[in-house]
Amino acid sequence: MFAYIVRRIAYAIPILIGVNVLTFYLFFVVNSPDDMARLHLGMKHVTAEAIASWKSDHGYDKPLLVNHKASGIREFTDTIFFEKSVRLFAFDFGFSDDGRDISYDISQRMLPSLAIAIPALLVGLLVNVTFAMLMAFFRGTYVDVSGVILCVILMSISGMFYIIGGQFLLAKLFRLMPISGYASGLGAIKFLILPVLIGVISGIGSGARWYRTFFLEEAGKDFVRTARAKGLSESLVMFRHVLRNALIPIVTGVVVVLPLLFMGSLLTESFFSIPGLGSYTIDAINKQDFAVVRVMVFLGSVLYIIGLILVDITYTIVDPRVRLS
Amino acid sequence: MQTTRAYSMRGRSAIAAALCTVLLLLVACNGQPWNRPYPAADAARNIYYASFSERPNHLDPAQSYSSNEVLFTGQIYEPPLQYHYLKRPYQLIPLTATEVPRAHYLDAQGNPLADDAPAAQIAFSEYDIHIKPGIHYQPHPAFARDAQGRLRYAHLTARDLDGIHSLGDFTATGTRELVAADYVYQIKRLAHPKLHCPILGLMSEYIVGLADYSATLEQAWNELSASGEPGGYLDLARYPLTGVQVLDRYSYRIRIHGKYPQLLYWLAMPFFAPVPPEVDAFYAQPGMSERNITLDWYPVGTGPYMLTVNNPNRQMVMVRNPEFHGETYPLEGEPSDRAAGLLVDAGKPLPFIDRIVFSLEKEDIPYWNKFLQGYYDSSGITSDSFDQAISIGAGGEVSLTDAMKRKGIQLNTAVASSIYYTGFNMLDPVVGGYSERARKLRQAISIAIDTEEYVSIFLNGRGIPAQGMIPPGIFGYVEGAAGINPVMYDVTPRGPRRKSIAQARRLLAGAGYPDGRDIHTGKPLVLNFDTAAVGPDAKARLDWLTKQFAKLDLQLVIRATDYNRFQDKMQKGTAQIFQWGWNADYPDPENFLFLLYGPNSKVGKNGENAANYRNPEFDRLFEQVKNMENTPQRARLIEQMTDIARQDAPWVWGFFPKQFSLHHVWYKNAKPNLMANNSLKYKRIEPALRARLQAQWNQPVLWPLYVLAVLILAVIVPAVIGYRRRQRQTAFAGAR
Repeated sequence: MFAYIVRRIAYAIPILIGVNVLTFYLFFVVNSPDDMARLHLGMKHVTAEAIASWKSDHGYDKPLLVNHKASGIREFTDTIFFEKSVRLFAFDFGFSDDGRDISYDISQRMLPSLAIAIPALLVGLLVNVTFAMLMAFFRGTYVDVSGVILCVILMSISGMFYIIGGQFLLAKLFRLMPISGYASGLGAIKFLILPVLIGVISGIGSGARWYRTFFLEEAGKDFVRTARAKGLSESLVMFRHVLRNALIPIVTGVVVVLPLLFMGSLLTESFFSIPGLGSYTIDAINKQDFAVVRVMVFLGSVLYIIGLILVDITYTIVDPRVRLS
Repeated sequence: MQTTRAYSMRGRSAIAAALCTVLLLLVACNGQPWNRPYPAADAARNIYYASFSERPNHLDPAQSYSSNEVLFTGQIYEPPLQYHYLKRPYQLIPLTATEVPRAHYLDAQGNPLADDAPAAQIAFSEYDIHIKPGIHYQPHPAFARDAQGRLRYAHLTARDLDGIHSLGDFTATGTRELVAADYVYQIKRLAHPKLHCPILGLMSEYIVGLADYSATLEQAWNELSASGEPGGYLDLARYPLTGVQVLDRYSYRIRIHGKYPQLLYWLAMPFFAPVPPEVDAFYAQPGMSERNITLDWYPVGTGPYMLTVNNPNRQMVMVRNPEFHGETYPLEGEPSDRAAGLLVDAGKPLPFIDRIVFSLEKEDIPYWNKFLQGYYDSSGITSDSFDQAISIGAGGEVSLTDAMKRKGIQLNTAVASSIYYTGFNMLDPVVGGYSERARKLRQAISIAIDTEEYVSIFLNGRGIPAQGMIPPGIFGYVEGAAGINPVMYDVTPRGPRRKSIAQARRLLAGAGYPDGRDIHTGKPLVLNFDTAAVGPDAKARLDWLTKQFAKLDLQLVIRATDYNRFQDKMQKGTAQIFQWGWNADYPDPENFLFLLYGPNSKVGKNGENAANYRNPEFDRLFEQVKNMENTPQRARLIEQMTDIARQDAPWVWGFFPKQFSLHHVWYKNAKPNLMANNSLKYKRIEPALRARLQAQWNQPVLWPLYVLAVLILAVIVPAVIGYRRRQRQTAFAGAR
């Protein structure tokens, strides 16, 4: 397994380089260093000298990818791409274009993102599995049919509607919790209830329906029929045989998103004014802060790759038939 | 066995009770409304609650310029001058200065000139600024001294900074008296190569020696960087600036080229606030910027408030500066101010509020709802909430809706010192130029674009159609029939009436485009509108604009692009028709007239004249007008300039936006002052009234929780029954 993991990490390097090149290209297709300078310097009284000075100060006065004025290896190293990207691989994130230490900002914003994402994931998992089990247990009955219809309805509603509707109904109309905001420590709980609740409810439709199919698939297998034939009670069949085997795809599906929980949710964090990494990314895009954008994309890619490796490892744990080689 | 079970039961009960208690404590918030977003202990405290939607980029006074930045720096830093809070037209008064300085004029040889000397003879103007003694800075570690009287944190090593993560981690603080040298130091900082001060280019034209000083500092900075000296502190005391000098401990002099009376307005902005050199040196020490400890993050001033929490991801908090020198509420204002209750606090010491809490609120809906719940003391009005807040009567009169009145919410309106217009690129071969053809074409289009309708549809009436460049409240604005633009309007007994489309068509025909077709080629005239606006809102506006051109059978092609490309087109002069805006820096007509001054063109000069308009007569008059006092002669010249511009029509004279703001009944002394950026010190809160009304408005509605519980039971009980029935079901029964 160790060799396998090392190999996967080695594969990750060209992927990360590719992601970096792509991010770099897409960012600079839309924004030129001059535009970035203008945005950072403000829109009034900005002189050409000020733009040139800002670019030079922030290292944006060099060619993007290839420096034709340089020779040898410097043709590629004396460029914005090389200077801005190579340090990422050492996880040296440097400073944002307005001078903030990016690593520090990430460390500060990671917790609020996780404070929403982890409860939403765990509670959502519990609710979805329970609901799916209920539908599978009563498969073919009015409970199952009503449940599926409910799932389809929940899936058809946009995420934005859940947020605005939730804020309107629970926070404005019923005044049960704050509409938005965040606090540190235990004070955060009252701010997190609403976004977590909305995260859970908005995920029930797709989650429960997806898990139901796993349960039904397992419930129709021979070993389940054998268990029933042995005279086991339905609950024992469902919990000991169906649930345990259906958990394999569920657990792997959860593991793959675990690292990405750090990245936060763009929409939820924005509407609830949660100071997480999702809003950090959005702010950086709006401010054309390439330093932060590239770090966040890089970090997202790294975490996604970690997620995939974790899935492979998890497979070997939950399903003894799988061996990594 | 029984004992174990009893312990277990007791344990479970204890856990349940503890959980319930914690939940109750967390949720019920000590009897406060459940939806209160602030700590319960602060409910009755003298705190002002406001929001911000975007993180301020800079809090360094040499860099901060945007309105969302000066909202903070304006309360912390004190430039020598400020605007009178109540009087209109806007009037400069001393802040830390003893008086508003008067200019002394000199000829090229340095000989004094009379106050009424012609501008052409004035080679230099000198301003001697005397500051009040006894003003102290807010407590700050940079001023802390040890037993020997040396600055305690002046020579920090990497080891000293272990465990330091923010400014609050420095245990000792100190203060010191404000001196004139601090103002001089800050003016030098405007030229610091690391700071990229937005007004350096502009100020270099005026402050003697500043342009050269910038080059000197650039070279010094490069040498410092090359030497590898850690920290990178450029000691500006070693580099004198000829145009600025310290006269004595409390006086300094600024010498500028020629005559530029508008300098006084700049002296009311944070760019000219004092920065103590030791603070700059403190922040420049190695390891500080890596810890995000910079002047840009932790400002240091003498103002009424100091920033104690700077977490722009969530909250920014300012508290009363214990070292504040003291100031009193104005004793006089406009005639209507007394009746409006704005002079109740006359003569009382400032500031009134102990703490100001700005919370991050990125979206309009939660922001508006929290204002309605009483959790923000004041608010603007977004388009989404306009109908909920404002009702417009049949005669166009604006008032609050009944729902707002019931809550005691009050409305303030003010015409902003801004203008939004549709511009023609005067370098464009079709719409630009100064021929009669081009002039008539632009005039025809100006008539066809119905600004009144635009303001009504898209701004809910929050704007005044512009008759010229100068908005109401600024010297040179002409009210009534005399101020009407005769090119676009007919003066009628019922007020100005936009000229008819038939008249516009006649102008169009005169321009060689009868029925929108080129008289020579017969081809339809196709015009291009360049914009960065996208999205459904923008589409409605663009569709409306296209219809305005269609009134003259002109085809308008919308060339939508991203913001950066749009800026690029404007810089290169390849846009044809565009929309643009300007927000004044100071209340002087020069700050609007220069938007059409030829040497200030966007193309080639990177100036603010986005239309690239260049009329020699207009430019000549501008050079005369820009340095004049507000005299009747100046007003006449401004009228002449306005007439020239109206005839040339480089702009469709858009509108001056009207700002609507709301505040709760407990928020006092609210008077819109669009020039002053330090107005929070005048505001007063009645916390007890606020706490009472917040509690009254935010009682939780509990019946939905009971309904939910019943619903859950209604699902669970049949499910349990069904489950049990299935458990008891036999194979035989199933088969049958």
